[in-house]
Amino acid sequence: MTTDTNMKSPEAAAVPPPGRAPDDKRVPRGRKRLLTRRDRITLAFMAGVPTVLHVALVWVTAIASILLAFTSWDGIGFDSIKWVGLDNFQQLFSDNPQFWPAVEHNIIWFVVLILIPTPMGLFLAVQLDKRIRFTRIYQTAFFLPVVVSLAVTGFVWQLVYNPDTGLINSIIGANKPGHYIDWIGDPHLNLWAVLVAASWRHTGYMMILYLAGLKGVDPSLREASALDGANEWQTFRSVIFPTLRPTNTVVLVVTIIEALRAFDLVFVFNKGAQGTELLSILITNNIIGESSRIGYGSAIAVVLLVISLAVIIPYLIATFRKERQA
Amino acid sequence: MSTADAVAKQRTPVRPARILLHVFLVVTSLAWLAPLLWAIFAALRPYSETSDKGYVSWPDKLNFDNFKNAFEQSDMMHYFVNTLIIAVPAVLLTLLLSSMVAFYVSRFDFRLNIFLLLVFTAGNLLPQQVIITPLYRMYLLIDLPGVTASGKLYDSALGLVLIHVAFQSGFCAFVLSNYMRMLPHELTEAALVDGASVWRMYWQIVLPLCKPAMAALATLLSIWIYNDFFWAIVLISTGENMPITSALNNLSGQYFTDPNLVAAGALLTAIPTLIVYFVLQRQFVSGLTLGANKG
Repeated sequence: MTTDTNMKSPEAAAVPPPGRAPDDKRVPRGRKRLLTRRDRITLAFMAGVPTVLHVALVWVTAIASILLAFTSWDGIGFDSIKWVGLDNFQQLFSDNPQFWPAVEHNIIWFVVLILIPTPMGLFLAVQLDKRIRFTRIYQTAFFLPVVVSLAVTGFVWQLVYNPDTGLINSIIGANKPGHYIDWIGDPHLNLWAVLVAASWRHTGYMMILYLAGLKGVDPSLREASALDGANEWQTFRSVIFPTLRPTNTVVLVVTIIEALRAFDLVFVFNKGAQGTELLSILITNNIIGESSRIGYGSAIAVVLLVISLAVIIPYLIATFRKERQA
Repeated sequence: MSTADAVAKQRTPVRPARILLHVFLVVTSLAWLAPLLWAIFAALRPYSETSDKGYVSWPDKLNFDNFKNAFEQSDMMHYFVNTLIIAVPAVLLTLLLSSMVAFYVSRFDFRLNIFLLLVFTAGNLLPQQVIITPLYRMYLLIDLPGVTASGKLYDSALGLVLIHVAFQSGFCAFVLSNYMRMLPHELTEAALVDGASVWRMYWQIVLPLCKPAMAALATLLSIWIYNDFFWAIVLISTGENMPITSALNNLSGQYFTDPNLVAAGALLTAIPTLIVYFVLQRQFVSGLTLGANKG
């Protein structure tokens, strides 16, 4: 941190209630004399403008989501907002045939990402981290899917999955009437088909994160382990992997967030038709669909928000606490 | 080749295991590129030929006609311009605003610093769909007659710029504040004693030192904002006003009538990101890991 004399306990930093404006700041005594009035106005402006924009568009709307989830509103005039208590949630949990499948699909999305592309990315990173030739070319090949937009990824994979003209069906001879395998339309297949595309992208992302983590591993650790007679796998398991702990945390958080955010691919594929419902898709379809129910859509958003914050807040608190100690 | 081999031998002796690893990596890389290569292959072939012979067949003719047709028929240029109008101000504004917050947070030890940073970072990690319902309503309610063509924040480039800036500044503020914290504290301390204004400290001392981080973030932001699909799908109603990535969805139904044209159209939209990536690869990767390494 900056001046050590002004160090406060981390708890003190977490105490201020949310929503307090940043201009309520206490200037450390030593500094106060050096900062002119104009400086302080400048500082308030520099911190205030971005904060107001961010808070107004991200946090006010997030809180509005929570409040609207307990109301029913047709969006025409504020007078028509009616408090309905838990009705929206009740309907969501018991009457909406899409809700539980969506929750399930979001969970499957996370489980698949963490079990297949994440270890795959780690494996590739470990291989590419050995001083190997052409490593840049390999890295580029695996990383390319991360650079291309998810919308384009969706279209590219549609060309692979198309029942008539797609690569897979053409190769296995399933592109004739009577033999069709409908990878995108069949509700038993389409989620897995989309997940292949999502994993294709996620692997490269994880590879890059792990490569960066591996760069930070002290080479002498590896040497010491080799001197002790450990083989490659033993070195990795008991020396390298434990030192990758910070990277693993980031990877876990990134993967959870990606699973909650999953949207573009599915929307491009089939707009979240049967078999690929996701929470994000339900919220969006509720807005752009014909019968927009604001309170109801917000209730779904609240479910998503609660899950997200349960991950985000502990992660950030741990991160910031660690940084304070550093 | 022989000199390169010699260099490789100096580094590590070529063992069978190494060769096996290369074989594995070549095969996997090709498998990874296969979907993209398949799209390129389809895009290069005339539709008449593929509908005749099937898509898995030896090509008689390969040309860029599909690319040309996809580009011209859908007036793609118009959508690229739309993206430019949104992305350029959004990237610049995000960098400006987030660097100001980062400067404040990292250089002045006020009580709210950590809390402020927490608000920004947590906001950036939220799924966009959490805020979209009220945001959509808010954009419809805000009247801006004369400012935007739609007269509202909804369906305007300005609206998209604002949400991009608000959302992305969370990540950038986090990365930049970490970066600024590593700069020696004496730099600004001395300037403060010399009576330099806070703004000068920011603009002339701290910001120039942050160039590497800013370059990395600028690359990352450009690609992210270019690739954004969700915000424009919801916050833009007129197809004409959509940026290219989101427009692809409509165009594919309207103009890209066969799979070859869809492939060409999709690949065309990917080209700018690929150029940026290949030219600024180092910046892109370092930007992506800047935030991750620290957090």
